[in-house]
Amino acid sequence: MTSYPTTWKRPPQIFKHRGWRIGLQLAVLVWFVLAIGTIDANWERIAAGMERGLRFVQGFLQPDFTSRWSDIYGGLIESLTMTFTSTIVGIAISVPIGIGAARNVAPRAVYYVCRGIIAVSRALQEVIVAIFFVAMFGFGPFAGFLTLSFATIGFIAKLLAEDIEDIDETQAEAIRATGASWWQLINYAVQPQVMPRLIGLSLYRFDINFRESAVIGIVGAGGIGATLNTAIDRYEYDSAGAILLIIIGIVLIAEYGSSYLRKFLQ
Amino acid sequence: MLSVENLTKTYKTGDKALSDVSFSVEKGQVVGLIGPSGAGKSSLIRCVNRLVEPTSGAIKLNGTDLVGLGAGDLRRARRRIGMIFQEYALVERLTVMENVLSGRLGYVSFWQSFTRRYPGSDIERAYRLLDRVGLMAHADKRADALSGGQRQRVGIARALSQEPELLLVDEPTASLDPKTSRQIMRLLIEICQERDLPAIVNIHDVPLAQQFMQRIIGLRAGQVVFDGTPDQLTEDVLTTIYGAEDWTAMRKGTEEDEQAERDAAREMARLGA
Repeated sequence: MTSYPTTWKRPPQIFKHRGWRIGLQLAVLVWFVLAIGTIDANWERIAAGMERGLRFVQGFLQPDFTSRWSDIYGGLIESLTMTFTSTIVGIAISVPIGIGAARNVAPRAVYYVCRGIIAVSRALQEVIVAIFFVAMFGFGPFAGFLTLSFATIGFIAKLLAEDIEDIDETQAEAIRATGASWWQLINYAVQPQVMPRLIGLSLYRFDINFRESAVIGIVGAGGIGATLNTAIDRYEYDSAGAILLIIIGIVLIAEYGSSYLRKFLQ
Repeated sequence: MLSVENLTKTYKTGDKALSDVSFSVEKGQVVGLIGPSGAGKSSLIRCVNRLVEPTSGAIKLNGTDLVGLGAGDLRRARRRIGMIFQEYALVERLTVMENVLSGRLGYVSFWQSFTRRYPGSDIERAYRLLDRVGLMAHADKRADALSGGQRQRVGIARALSQEPELLLVDEPTASLDPKTSRQIMRLLIEICQERDLPAIVNIHDVPLAQQFMQRIIGLRAGQVVFDGTPDQLTEDVLTTIYGAEDWTAMRKGTEEDEQAERDAAREMARLGA
């Protein structure tokens, strides 16, 4: 009778040689120690800052909704308007670009152009785009609207294109075999397959846009972010706390609302 | 009448799926196409409506050569050729009615099809066909709510709503149980006789082919090795078609399917241009 081993160890998967593994771990450790040494922390400043931090936290614990309410309300309405319009406009522009960026339905030349547009939109971070548009069109929600529309294009078009590339090709083949034109193919074979996901993505983008509207407001693109920035600049942490709580509340509502809707649509 | 003359298909990788295939199908004749996986059955049937582009040869449907037609003429030719698929290939999220009406896409404008406002005669025909295949009550259901056999009936109704002059049938029963398979085959044969429709049926199941087909063509490695009646399909003939155990052909089968898919994707991209 043969005897079989009773112990087993998982063989190393990436670096087979023991020396390499130990050397690499040591190198990472040395790098980390050296790097952390270059971050000089100013301990006196930190001690002084503790008090300010505490006031900030206290502001949260006692949020003041009333004394700046008209500013907060105005900012909120501006943000919601910006979110809604930019999501709609962004999606309207994304759909044709998304179709153009799907390798299986678009001709090569169109494919590269649309992929290029998506790459540009995704490469530029919202805050940078917002600074650019504020410089171009001045402070206010119009710059914010443009920024969010631009960011929506990269997001929706890319994910839509990927979804189109993943469709069941036999359904498309069957529609083509009936003598359908390209537009009919998109409408009958592609659209039914990608529609639920497109709606889900749009709702998801709506709440991303609302959150982003708060961030880009800080660089001058209007909305609740601008109100928040003003409150912090004036050291009115109680109002700032109220604004943050409202933002969290709305994001939660949008989050649960959109996930419920998505489930309903499946 | 369909006549295929010296049809050859070589894929970009250099694999020869069909070489010098010639045959013709008379009106009302149902031809079974048998052969091992990778013999070129699927490529042959897709060359006829040019979902796969033939390399050389001619395919004549009632006088018109389908090879070399431009995009517009190809669409007009395709609407005269009904196709039925192995996995039904219904658009799952559309209703049964929309799936049947989609057979009319080649005849209506984009706007008519987009708004689902088909001519009255098309809608009447769709209801008549649904009644014929026994699915009158399911018209407004979504296609993914139906069973396999019911879906294949919708597939048949869709192909017939094109008022085709030829039916291409690709493994109609491969995803169905034996009883449903026979029901579907019988329905297909009846419909072809009612309408005097010629049909080419790819079929894996040799006994099923012998039971239902009037004529059988055997393909092996892209060449016609048998063409005759089911009675003439003897053991010896089956050995020439299938070989004793042909493992390499089976491996080629999946390769061929992949190539057909790639070709189809290219074709789609070209249509968009």
